Amino acid sequence: MSETFTKSMARNIYFGGSVFFLLVFLALTYHTEQTFPERSNAAQMSEAVVRGKLVWEQNNCIGCHSLLGEGAYFAPELGNVFVRRGEDAGFKPFLQAWMKVQPLGVPGRRSMPQFHLSEQEVDDIAEFLKWTSKINTNQWPPNKEG
Amino acid sequence: MTIANPHLKFDSQAVAKPYFVFALMLFLGQILFGLIMGLQYVVGDFLFPLIPFNVARMVHTNLLIVWLLFGFMGAAYYLIPEEADRELHSPLLAKILFWVFATAGVLTILGYLLVPYAGLARLTGNELLPTMGREFLEQPTITKMGIVVVALGFLYNIGMTLLKGRKTTISMVMMTGLIGLAVFFLFSFYNPENLARDKYYWWFVVHLWVEGVWELIMGAMLAFVLVKITGVDREVVEKWLYVIIAMALITGILGTGHHFFWIGAPEMWLWIGSIFSAMEPIPFFAMVLFAFTMIGKRRRQHPNRAATLWAKGTTVTAFLGAGVWGFLHTLAPVNYYTHGSQLTAAHGHLAFYGAYAMIVMTLISYAMPRLRGIGEAPDERSQTLEIWGFWLMTMSMVLITLFLTAAGVMQVILQRLPSDIDGTALSFMNTVDQLQVFFWLRLAAGVGFFIGLACYLFSFKRRGQEVLTGATAASR
Repeated sequence: MSETFTKSMARNIYFGGSVFFLLVFLALTYHTEQTFPERSNAAQMSEAVVRGKLVWEQNNCIGCHSLLGEGAYFAPELGNVFVRRGEDAGFKPFLQAWMKVQPLGVPGRRSMPQFHLSEQEVDDIAEFLKWTSKINTNQWPPNKEG
Repeated sequence: MTIANPHLKFDSQAVAKPYFVFALMLFLGQILFGLIMGLQYVVGDFLFPLIPFNVARMVHTNLLIVWLLFGFMGAAYYLIPEEADRELHSPLLAKILFWVFATAGVLTILGYLLVPYAGLARLTGNELLPTMGREFLEQPTITKMGIVVVALGFLYNIGMTLLKGRKTTISMVMMTGLIGLAVFFLFSFYNPENLARDKYYWWFVVHLWVEGVWELIMGAMLAFVLVKITGVDREVVEKWLYVIIAMALITGILGTGHHFFWIGAPEMWLWIGSIFSAMEPIPFFAMVLFAFTMIGKRRRQHPNRAATLWAKGTTVTAFLGAGVWGFLHTLAPVNYYTHGSQLTAAHGHLAFYGAYAMIVMTLISYAMPRLRGIGEAPDERSQTLEIWGFWLMTMSMVLITLFLTAAGVMQVILQRLPSDIDGTALSFMNTVDQLQVFFWLRLAAGVGFFIGLACYLFSFKRRGQEVLTGATAASR
């Protein structure tokens, strides 16, 4: 680099640039915060949804599945599983049955462990996933296969 | 360490050694679990239910994070005293924290392997302050608190050293990066009930680490090694360092927005995230120019060829993995189809290996011969073996990335592109059946990586008087 561009100029760009963009980031975060209640339908977040999130976390579901595209990519996306598996009419009974029959025991197939969840816990997860599917994700995923 | 080591400027730098040795032991563990997962990708029920995939993955990713942290800490204990031109504030504290961190790390990994995750959550009282069960932050809350305590003690120790000593640009940037690492980790304790909010702040740890403050750490470590092996004037190196970290933060902070596209955050992030993250390759490209220019201008031929190769290699691989492979899927219209596919995994592997695994191995390559009392460089045979390890690991990782990229592209075509109206999209499970061949090839490349790692570890084998194997030799 040429001698006209000095170390102190580089340092000033570093300090000035990072502080400036950090402040912009904080401002945009403030704005984002204002949109969360509406975009996530926070009013619909029942106690069951909150309990369901904890069951989701305490069984490390994210270690195989993805949720809104984040997590492991070993098992299906579950952010829209409510839509894929029967919505209001069919989703809860489907999930209850699905969780009971694991592991399927098909040789060579990716296997889901048996988590021994109570009916209440599975119901809570179902509520959590139903609520999650209604978050405004800018139309992601592209189709119902997730 | 009772006898002074003539190859160290300060005796207290010796505390770096156990950090490096333990880092490499964890690295070995990480790769073993990577191979288990690679097999589970093709033989779905391999080791089921003994080690389900989620457990293997948690061990694989957590070992990565922890060994890199050990590597960064070792690097700081080595370079801060040398830069500050004085002994470390408290070598004893550094040794105590080593054992605290190592014990906590081993116990946590054993917890993952021996107790079902829900049981571990119950055992550690997760409900009191739920922080578990989020990707990369799976550690029990108590472990997270332990990490904070270790980080505080560590920052105090190197901070005091720095305050009392010479303040160079390299050491100040290293310190800033490490403080940032600790500060952003605090967001791991914030787990809002609202998933959209939870995901948003989760990235304050993950993105602002790897595409933010860790780049400061990487830049400082690279600059330190380049000063040492090239003898180029410090003024020049430091100017480069400022340019690199300026670019890293200017692009990387708002670049966080590329994670906010589809998790419930507003549309503005589609633009901000795309524009700023599209510029994130710039600092990595600057690092390539930096390393090659400095080595081109070198005033001496350093006898440690391996360290020079690592320094060049880390910048190129980081540019490819973090820069090019990141750019491939960072624009919102592309990411709409690629988000959370095998392409994400491809990018993650090459970026982490190139930027962070390799910068730690760069520093180890430079510092370890001195820490072991050998001198500036290990003997020719050891270096040749180390260079074999470099190429085998790096080329294998490039292959892993290419195979996962191919798998990701196919996945997008089969599963994501067809619309609901067509109804021809394959389900996730049917899609992965179609990708088997890529996953077999990836596994083969993984075995190649393991062989490379074995070469690398055997390069530490002591020749002559006593014969010990790999990592254990280094711990003496």
